[in-house]
Amino acid sequence: MPDDAPIFRDGTFHADAWTLIEDDAPLPPSGDIAVGKTRFLAEIQALRARNGSIGVVLNPGEDLDGIVEHLDRITLVALRFTKFSDGRPYSVARLLRDRHGYRGELRATGDVLRDQLVFLMRAGFDSLHVSHAGTREALRKGSVIAVRYHYQPASAEARETAGPVSPWRRRSF
Amino acid sequence: MYRYDEFDHAFVRERVAEFRDQVARRLSGELTEEQFKPLRLMNGVYLQLHAYMLRIAIPYGTLSSRQLRRLAHIGRVYDKGSGHFTTRQNLQFNWIKLADVPQILEELAGVEMHAIQTSGNCIRNVTADHFAGAAADEVADPRIYAEILRQWSSLHPEFSFLPRKFKLAVTAAPHDRAAVQVHDIGLHMKVNEKGERGFAVWVGGGQGRTPMVAKKVRDFLPEADLLSYCEAILRLYNLEGRRDNKYKARIKILVHEMGEEEVTRAIEAEFAQLQGKALTVPAPEIDRIAHYFALPALEALPARSEYYESARSLDPLLALFARRNVHAHKVPGYGIVTISLKPIGQPPGDATSEQMEAIADLAERFSSDEIRVSHEQNLVLPHVKLDDIPVVFAQLQKIGLGMPNAGFVTDIIACPGLDFCSLANARSIPIAQRLSKRFQDLDRQTQIGDLKIKISGCINACGHHHVGHIGVLGVDRKGEEFYQLTLGGSGDETCSIGEIVGPGFSSDQVVDAVETLVDTYLKLRTSPEEPFLSAYRRLGQAPFKEALYAR
Repeated sequence: MPDDAPIFRDGTFHADAWTLIEDDAPLPPSGDIAVGKTRFLAEIQALRARNGSIGVVLNPGEDLDGIVEHLDRITLVALRFTKFSDGRPYSVARLLRDRHGYRGELRATGDVLRDQLVFLMRAGFDSLHVSHAGTREALRKGSVIAVRYHYQPASAEARETAGPVSPWRRRSF
Repeated sequence: MYRYDEFDHAFVRERVAEFRDQVARRLSGELTEEQFKPLRLMNGVYLQLHAYMLRIAIPYGTLSSRQLRRLAHIGRVYDKGSGHFTTRQNLQFNWIKLADVPQILEELAGVEMHAIQTSGNCIRNVTADHFAGAAADEVADPRIYAEILRQWSSLHPEFSFLPRKFKLAVTAAPHDRAAVQVHDIGLHMKVNEKGERGFAVWVGGGQGRTPMVAKKVRDFLPEADLLSYCEAILRLYNLEGRRDNKYKARIKILVHEMGEEEVTRAIEAEFAQLQGKALTVPAPEIDRIAHYFALPALEALPARSEYYESARSLDPLLALFARRNVHAHKVPGYGIVTISLKPIGQPPGDATSEQMEAIADLAERFSSDEIRVSHEQNLVLPHVKLDDIPVVFAQLQKIGLGMPNAGFVTDIIACPGLDFCSLANARSIPIAQRLSKRFQDLDRQTQIGDLKIKISGCINACGHHHVGHIGVLGVDRKGEEFYQLTLGGSGDETCSIGEIVGPGFSSDQVVDAVETLVDTYLKLRTSPEEPFLSAYRRLGQAPFKEALYAR
């Protein structure tokens, strides 16, 4: 895999299999594409008629209204972190996983740093678009230092073991 | 008190390692200050005017002697030999080097302490009644629930990047000593007619530039639903709280803008989805945590101590100390002793390393090894035999902390102000010191009775001026420090926000102005049994305003 493969998933970097289509660009006839919420809602029929998988990209503050009923046809939801300190996507991720049973790829994009890694994974993200050089290097080397003991159940239950004693303790190793 | 098990130790150890790595990346330049800021804040590290400040969490204000000694040690080695107890039951060191912080955190971890979430836009250290576990009037120990909340909120994956900071407080006595109605979530425990425990849930209280008393969104929340309900509130806030303006980002603004009814509906709707699932607190877990907070082994004693009574009758200072600084304990023959960190003319809440060590010794000998920090910036020895109070008082006098002024006019709360804080507009501590000197005569303080003065050096209100009976707010007027006075605030179960009485006063005038207010009260009260706050509520602002401005 080339060094600049942007997507971190399952412990390694991958090329991005998805093409993000801007709101004013024509839909390509085939291939896996992701579109913004407005376009998704407006062109759901055209998207479904295409040959290729459908993804949707949500900005902070965009909710799941209108998306939830189509989740069985969506295989990528990308939540954008316009800045590190805006934590709304964590709640959207948890609602997708816990409330609406979404099992497709859930990707964090934008301002993604290693310091959010555990929070992101626990909130249900399974894929990261990472451009920050230090973070990329740490992920590649497996040298991210983070807390692996948790005091609350979250949305990554399948990847965590229940801790001893208390009913909601978890460990992610 | 709560003791770490292996899991808790491992959690804190890994958090120290994580922060050590973050500091190293900041010092090497990999992280910009902008990227580092939310990380250091989540670990209690502020950049102040002169140095870094480290704020250490003292969950619900409970400390052991060993922990207090370690704080004294850190103050001596890494600061200038003292520490500052805050209005959120925490401890701040004001002269810390960033490079030392990981080492300090390691020292803290060794005594089951940390600085996690003492600042930043996350769920902050959970506070509780400082008399918890000892107070005669409580229905349960609120620290049990504060500890459950502390654990749940620690590095919560969903709620670590909130619109703004988020504060929870828990109390379990009819008389609210934890000011729950000026917190983002206030939990007031009670027992229903069936004998079950639950909480009145208050949401959206707070001080700052838009002070608001919280709204009660639930009159009785069963204890098992505590975490599900808080998760519902936090999720609503995380998604809907304003992020466009940091001054409108607290949940109180969301509550105000959505309206009480709509907010309640939204919380209940989210709660309905979460209830009965993974966050339900099982009774055995409550019992397990409660076990840590069991009353220490106290002796069976007569309710009245003849020795204490006769000592009081011989020493008028001890008699005053007994009246002001000793509160009723739930066990006969014991008392709760408040150690005033308000000696005349000293900065409120400061303690030297030597004083901390002496208090640790006293706690070990006379208070089952326990100390509490109050949000009024005092310390508390929660379990003292009445027989021992005279000797404890004598020892406190020796270290300069025997002031029998708890709840008096000199028991002042003040934020660090412009002496330390980069947000401040004016100094707070020197005003507190001058007021303290002005009212130092104990006969006069006794005559005045209960009167809470609270001073903030800016509109952020860390000195809680909005809930001071007399509040003092420092403002900047064309480069000069000015002080606005507010009247009639209260943080207890009769919570109210103080009202600005009129134009501000210069630093030179403000102490006289406060004295005028006090003299006006003394003149107008119906009897010495009518405290300042009651008199103000009866009389309204007019006579005070006239006394201040009609000269």
